[in-house]
Amino acid sequence: MLHLSEAPTASAALLTAPAAVPLLVAGAYALTGLRARATAAAFAAELIEARHRVTAQGAVLVAEAPEPKQAPQQWHPTDRAALLSPAAILTCGSLLAADVVRHGPTAAYSGLLRADALTAWMLLVVGAVALVACGSAPAYLTGERAAGRDTAQSVWRYHVLVQAFLAAMCLAVVTANLGVLWIAIEATTIVTAFLVGHRRTRMSVEAAWKYVVICSAGIALAFLGTVLVYYAARQAGIAEAWALDWPTLIARAHRLDPAVTRLGITLVVLGFGAKAGLIPLHAWLPDAHSQAPAPVSALMSGVLLSVAFAAILRYRVIADAALGPAFTRVLLAGIALLTLALAAGLLLAQRDYKRMLAYSSMEHMSLIALAAAIGGPLALSAALLHIAGHGLAKSVAFCASGRILQITGTAKIGRVRGLLAQAPAAAGAFGFAVVALMAFPPFSLFTSELGIARAGFAANAGLGWATAAALLLVLVAFAALAARTARMLLGPGTPTETNSPSTVWPLLLGLAACAALGVATGPLTDLLHAAAQAIGG
Amino acid sequence: MSGGLYTQLLDLACGAFLLAAVIVLWMSELTMIVRVFALQGVALAAIAVLLGAHEERWDLVGVGVGVGLLRAGVLPYLMRRALAALADDRAHSEEARETQPLVNVAASLLTAALLTLLAYAVARPLTELHPTPATRALPVGLAVVLIGFFVLVTRRRALAQVVGFLLLDNGITATAFLATSGVPLIVELGVSFDVLLAVLVLQILTTRVREAFGTTDIDDLRELHD
Repeated sequence: MLHLSEAPTASAALLTAPAAVPLLVAGAYALTGLRARATAAAFAAELIEARHRVTAQGAVLVAEAPEPKQAPQQWHPTDRAALLSPAAILTCGSLLAADVVRHGPTAAYSGLLRADALTAWMLLVVGAVALVACGSAPAYLTGERAAGRDTAQSVWRYHVLVQAFLAAMCLAVVTANLGVLWIAIEATTIVTAFLVGHRRTRMSVEAAWKYVVICSAGIALAFLGTVLVYYAARQAGIAEAWALDWPTLIARAHRLDPAVTRLGITLVVLGFGAKAGLIPLHAWLPDAHSQAPAPVSALMSGVLLSVAFAAILRYRVIADAALGPAFTRVLLAGIALLTLALAAGLLLAQRDYKRMLAYSSMEHMSLIALAAAIGGPLALSAALLHIAGHGLAKSVAFCASGRILQITGTAKIGRVRGLLAQAPAAAGAFGFAVVALMAFPPFSLFTSELGIARAGFAANAGLGWATAAALLLVLVAFAALAARTARMLLGPGTPTETNSPSTVWPLLLGLAACAALGVATGPLTDLLHAAAQAIGG
Repeated sequence: MSGGLYTQLLDLACGAFLLAAVIVLWMSELTMIVRVFALQGVALAAIAVLLGAHEERWDLVGVGVGVGLLRAGVLPYLMRRALAALADDRAHSEEARETQPLVNVAASLLTAALLTLLAYAVARPLTELHPTPATRALPVGLAVVLIGFFVLVTRRRALAQVVGFLLLDNGITATAFLATSGVPLIVELGVSFDVLLAVLVLQILTTRVREAFGTTDIDDLRELHD
């Protein structure tokens, strides 16, 4: 194989592709959508004309005119074209991972795009979760069309926005410029706004409004923080072109003014914390995750939260070098414990199963934040493994919950009983995903939570207490999840679901990958350690 | 430009910038609020142009003019259009007024004063790092950020909340100009584009909120809760 470091064009292509391919697919969807709209309009005009002719002839056989219901059927193959982007992201992620582990970070476009081990790891996670979400989208969309909730046009818009969403997340992961990172994360808010409000009901419009207002305001704080870090960097004598460059900032972090950096980092953590579902700007999360279409909830919960948290991980390295580790430790541990307490409390009172999954996301993000607060190689590799395991398990859970919602027609836990008898495939996938989220072995969340706990107790006494409190709260969340899921799945019921393998394979794949990561990280071990090392482990 | 005149003009522009944010708190007619917001955009552009002229960096003057076009021209135009679409008939004329903010005007103005004091306290380390006429005005940018947040939290009309978000954003842009003469061009372009798109998204959502709820009073959005 050609070494990427010796072939700048190859590395530039690999760095560009993860963001460019979804963007191209989005463009292709947009074009075919426009053409389909034109043909649909022509078709409708023809139909009206035909009806006119028929009525003019005195016949009233309007019912025999071609049924417009046929039209959505021809969309099915295009639903599958969405799988192109996850495939491209996974391929680029693996190639970059192999190269980064052997030769270290690569960069392109004068440092604007850069891949280190964390980038490769996050690309693999984004690709895997996108594969689950885009793989189960055709079945979900077919169900929505059959129920008359989606038309050809809304499906077309769905595809364009989902692909743009993937592109924005990949850009956030591959850039080394903290300004571009901010732009990409804000762009995810903009493209997902209409996905959250996709169904246009009162509830989804409300969720979309809260989502855009809270996330935009939160992320504006992160921009203010970015500006302050830039100010500190300029005053430390870094040239304008490099003052937002992540590797440069780390190399010169000891020269940053501590007071300004402290203010900047606090704002950045609060701001990106809003997108990662952490207190105090978390209120959008349960609403948006419960109202978005299931595959979008899977993407938002599975990777958007952790892409935003990866930004915090990057800033944490700068903060630790400039201010010492105590500052981010207190900040992140405090935020993590408060979020965890809130999530556990609300899980206990939860009556809606999609909201239950949303609060479980907050629970897992706060565990990742706690691991980041603990620091060190063990905690950080556990955090990265937790990002991957949570992404896979949660995306399977959300995709299965979308199917359950279509079968039962309600999101209320109290009205769902005997799902295992009623729809074994969807209920089984949902059950196993929740078991994975409760951190049972062999799923990887068990390994990572164990790692976080071990690292927490091995660290200083304060963190030991924090870890103990966190474990207690996790136990509360565990009980709430177990009781509610058991209630939904068990009991008598009549089989209604017709299983086709195409609806189940993405869910099985996600669960298998989550379990495999728990048993052994295999070829990914080196990458995981390198990624933890890149963020200060 | 002589040093004294530059400092005076800069202070004048910053004063106008802060005053506009306070007047937004005072007003209840949304059309007036949008007009004041446009004036604030002019003050922001003036800050950037003054800094550019003082440092003889003509790219900064260009950025200032661009920011002025966006924030005093395009964004107010979008807001006015949304407002016209909402208050198109007599039955919905109350849509154009912020009738009952969660905090009344007197308390709002008092809070603005407190927030400005807070901004001065927070900004002290920023000014001390590199004291120049521009960084001495930094608290103004932070004060507008805080006032924007306050508007966002206490206003009930959807469009008033959008103005709050934009005040927040103006404050951040002003901070960036005053502290470092602006972020790199590519970031500035991206940020402006994102803000423009966010306002477009919020504008479309405002019409959808009105379609779904029959009003743009955000306090009526109570379908989702725990």
